[in-house]
Amino acid sequence: MASSSTGTSTPAGTATAMVQLTDVQKHFGSHHVLKDVSLTIAAREVVVVVGPSGSGKSTLCRCINRLETITSGTIAVDGVDLPAEGRALAKLRAEVGMVFQSFNLFAHRTILDNVTLAPITVLGRSRKDARAEGLALLERVGIADKADHFPAQLSGGQQQRAAIARALAMKPKVMLFDEPTSALDPEMVSEVLDVMTSLAGDGMTMVVVTHEMGFARRAADRVIFMDDGRIVEEDTPADFFDHASSPRAQAFLSKILPH
Amino acid sequence: MNIFVDSAGPLLEALGTTVMMAVIAGVAAIVLGTVVTAARISPIPVLRGLAFAYVQFFVNVPLLVLLILAVFALPDAGLLLPLTPTAIIVLALYEAAYVAEAIRSGVNTVGTGQIEASRALGFTLVQSLRLVVVPQALRAAVQPIGNVMIALTMNTALAAAVGVVELTSEANKLNLVEAQPILIFTVAGLIYMALALVIGLGAGRIEKRVAIKR
Repeated sequence: MASSSTGTSTPAGTATAMVQLTDVQKHFGSHHVLKDVSLTIAAREVVVVVGPSGSGKSTLCRCINRLETITSGTIAVDGVDLPAEGRALAKLRAEVGMVFQSFNLFAHRTILDNVTLAPITVLGRSRKDARAEGLALLERVGIADKADHFPAQLSGGQQQRAAIARALAMKPKVMLFDEPTSALDPEMVSEVLDVMTSLAGDGMTMVVVTHEMGFARRAADRVIFMDDGRIVEEDTPADFFDHASSPRAQAFLSKILPH
Repeated sequence: MNIFVDSAGPLLEALGTTVMMAVIAGVAAIVLGTVVTAARISPIPVLRGLAFAYVQFFVNVPLLVLLILAVFALPDAGLLLPLTPTAIIVLALYEAAYVAEAIRSGVNTVGTGQIEASRALGFTLVQSLRLVVVPQALRAAVQPIGNVMIALTMNTALAAAVGVVELTSEANKLNLVEAQPILIFTVAGLIYMALALVIGLGAGRIEKRVAIKR
């Protein structure tokens, strides 16, 4: 963490850093939501971010594709510092997939249109290719039969899988998941987590904010525990869940693990 | 009833003028109103300010005042247009402000989540407006825009005050000759009601047709 990387060029020591946050501070008005956050995520790494609500984990996730701006510090994706709002940022966002808690599918478009819209519009893919790839992705997440349905006709779990397919259609370098199962009925959580687990197995770089500790154990390379805007602890899932070192992480785990 | 048969020609022609004014001003108001809304929700402060000022001006000045100003003041300023086109332009400018308000209420129905999702996919602002926001906003605004179109059609009657020979003006002329105000203006009123009904039903059908499937 002591290295003073300049961001625009990839320093030798962090050749495989896909996402790099350095001394990030973020305020909402007078509320200090991210404090001195530094984090390096390697390519193909799956990082699960956990912590009590209000700890800043969602904000951290949303800062990585600049849906939230930061007060100071730097964030780089694949060696490129996040540009200011404009075409360059749009281009970078196209390479970072995002899955939201509330799915956010385009309500007026069919599921297949949802998946093909960005590849056609942003990447300039032909309609035919985009549809073929879109159908393959829907097949992969198990909802190919819903291609011609509208979002509101699908269950929450199906909508979230469609949203994952929509993000994957852009062939992103990294995928951000902002509490992807928090809005789902319990019986639909596993169908979404299964898709995410298979994605992790395929080597996708992933940042996952979640309360699903089973998923963290199963799929994460590293667990980040946040509290009060700071990264308090980071460890492998086995070490984190079995012997967390900080009292705050221990308290957090004791509250959620019995369920 | 004879009086209507005898003057059917001029009456139909006047009705034609009313419908023509409503259709041309209506289409222009929808196009202009969409542009004003786009400016109103754009991230460029100057555009937002101009659009806000536009809406405030036209919502807060009576249409009759605008018509009189356009018909009598513009020629003084060297701009001489025939009466009917002048009235159509004023109507379009005036109703565009109401259309803009109707569409803006539609924009508010599009969740910020969808806008964030489109930004996260790499859409530019214009792409996100064109592909995500406006199509859904217009759908939600169909019925309110229909109501603006009905108001516009009724407002064409004000053009009679500045000399355009449309339905109300022709009815008035007929009354000067026949002196049967109750009969003549009741019939004229019924015709306006029929026009409003057609617009209302049309808006209802369009709304059903474009409704997002749930």
